Amino acid sequence: MARNVTTRHKVTATAAAWIVALIIFFPILYTLITSIKTEPEAIAGFSLWPSGTFENYITVQTQRDYLKPFMNSVILSVGSTILALIIAIPSAWAMAFSPTKRTKDILMWMLSTKMMPAVAVLVPIYLMFRDFGLLDSRIGLTVMLTLINLPIVVWMLYTYFREIPGEILEASRMDGAGLWQEIVYVLTPMAVPGIASTLLLNIILAWNESFWTIRLSTTNAAPLTAFIASFSSPQGLFWAKLSAASTMAIAPILILGWFSQKQLVRGLTFGAVK
Amino acid sequence: MGSITLQKVSKVFGEAKVIPSIDLEINDGEFVVFVGPSGCGKSTLLRLIAGLEDVSDGQILIDGKDVTQAAPAERGLAMVFQSYALYPHMSVRNNIAFPLKMAKMEKSAIDKKVTDAARVLNLTDYLERRPSQLSGGQRQRVAIGRAIVREPSAFLFDEPLSNLDAALRGTMRLEISDLHHQLKTTMVYVTHDQVEAMTMADKIVVLNRGNIEQVGSPLELYKSPRNLFVAGFIGSPHMNFVDGAYAQSKSAKTAGIRPEHLILSKDSGLWTGTVKVAEHLGADTFLHLDVDGIGQVTARAGGEFGAQYGDRVYLTPDEAKLHRFDDKGIALRA
Repeated sequence: MARNVTTRHKVTATAAAWIVALIIFFPILYTLITSIKTEPEAIAGFSLWPSGTFENYITVQTQRDYLKPFMNSVILSVGSTILALIIAIPSAWAMAFSPTKRTKDILMWMLSTKMMPAVAVLVPIYLMFRDFGLLDSRIGLTVMLTLINLPIVVWMLYTYFREIPGEILEASRMDGAGLWQEIVYVLTPMAVPGIASTLLLNIILAWNESFWTIRLSTTNAAPLTAFIASFSSPQGLFWAKLSAASTMAIAPILILGWFSQKQLVRGLTFGAVK
Repeated sequence: MGSITLQKVSKVFGEAKVIPSIDLEINDGEFVVFVGPSGCGKSTLLRLIAGLEDVSDGQILIDGKDVTQAAPAERGLAMVFQSYALYPHMSVRNNIAFPLKMAKMEKSAIDKKVTDAARVLNLTDYLERRPSQLSGGQRQRVAIGRAIVREPSAFLFDEPLSNLDAALRGTMRLEISDLHHQLKTTMVYVTHDQVEAMTMADKIVVLNRGNIEQVGSPLELYKSPRNLFVAGFIGSPHMNFVDGAYAQSKSAKTAGIRPEHLILSKDSGLWTGTVKVAEHLGADTFLHLDVDGIGQVTARAGGEFGAQYGDRVYLTPDEAKLHRFDDKGIALRA
């Protein structure tokens, strides 16, 4: 009897999990399906059966060069992430290993900047970018993305560093390791997994960031987010081409995410679960 | 060589005086145990000796040399931590070899020392594993291995057995004692468990609120505790303290009788009590009694002394083994 109940539970739970996963995944799936429809099919209404044409991908590539925004996305996301890590590692390090009375307040203050709606600072930032000649420049956008994600990077690294037990560092001191040896042989190997998952998550966040990238770029520095947006332009609605462009934009990051799942799950739980 | 001397050592954390002022002499080759309730400053004292905390005032000498300002690595001591503090990203071999690598020893010499240590500690088959793949007892052995390969002048143990289960704790206690007999190196061991202190120590240092209450061999502390605190802390189950008329009749403020020094009888005795709990351990039975006119008393009976909840029994204190304390809690000597 008991066995039957557990089996039934398992089946129900598995089915429910699949349904939820499908609902969450559906927009991406539908984008994929729409991207291999013809343009009239795409406008015609809801349908899960495309004619299976790859015409859209070819048109998208010939109409607008995919490679340039792709390279911009890579440069912006990787560049801003590395810049953020360079700033965040020492600061998170200091806050985790020699906290003061104000450390928690500083962390909260950093996080509070994320609670503000981005549109509230659109005008001042736009004007600053214009005056410094940073509009549509990769450097400007890299700096912008760095600043936007910096609080999250600091927080993630802080929680990771906090998990490194102090006794292990003390043990290395007892074992005769100097400061440099302590950093190279003990601290770094223990901190690398945390830094790696922060890096991955931040690349994804930066890759997907569309508010600032679309508004502060036109052609030169435009990443894939702007590339997608350009297909819902005054020329008219091209659902199928828009979907093809979207698929091409999300594919690289989806593949990266797939291969780093394990690291990411740890990153997303944010140190809440040990 | 490994003698350690503390001269007027004190430690202040912000406002709190964790250790007011301590003088202590630890002789070469001695097994010294710091024991006391949590928060008594025993771990802090060990960390001061290790150099992991700075001394607020006073001096620490190792083999007569002032090391008060020396870095942990320069003191020639090895430490075993409560959490083992193994390097999680290194194999057992590399964990044990780490202090030797830091000392820039030759690779062949390191290999030999690691192999020897692993043989002594029964770790030979586990050398290529990571700490996470080991049991608690094995991890503790790796931590000890990492300490012994350096051939330190003294070992420091910070509650090394408190993360282990009771059975393993007993085994490891014997292993550490055995190690001390083999190496004959000074060991300073911190614990809150008075059983560990009694069974392992040459010399016990009883600490309370950052002060040394008494220093002595296990039996000295058991037979003649200097005050109420030591009397209550050393010995298991704890000593019974009796105030009032009985103590006054012995011209003391408080009388102390160990559970094993109460003579039990079912027929006659000085006091009468009701059994509240009877703990049958086989060889011994511990009776927790409500004694008329005295209060709660614990008594040890032989394993054959059949007593149940609610039984009335008679008790007589063994006068020769009675402890007497004055109104300041200091022991009165006959």
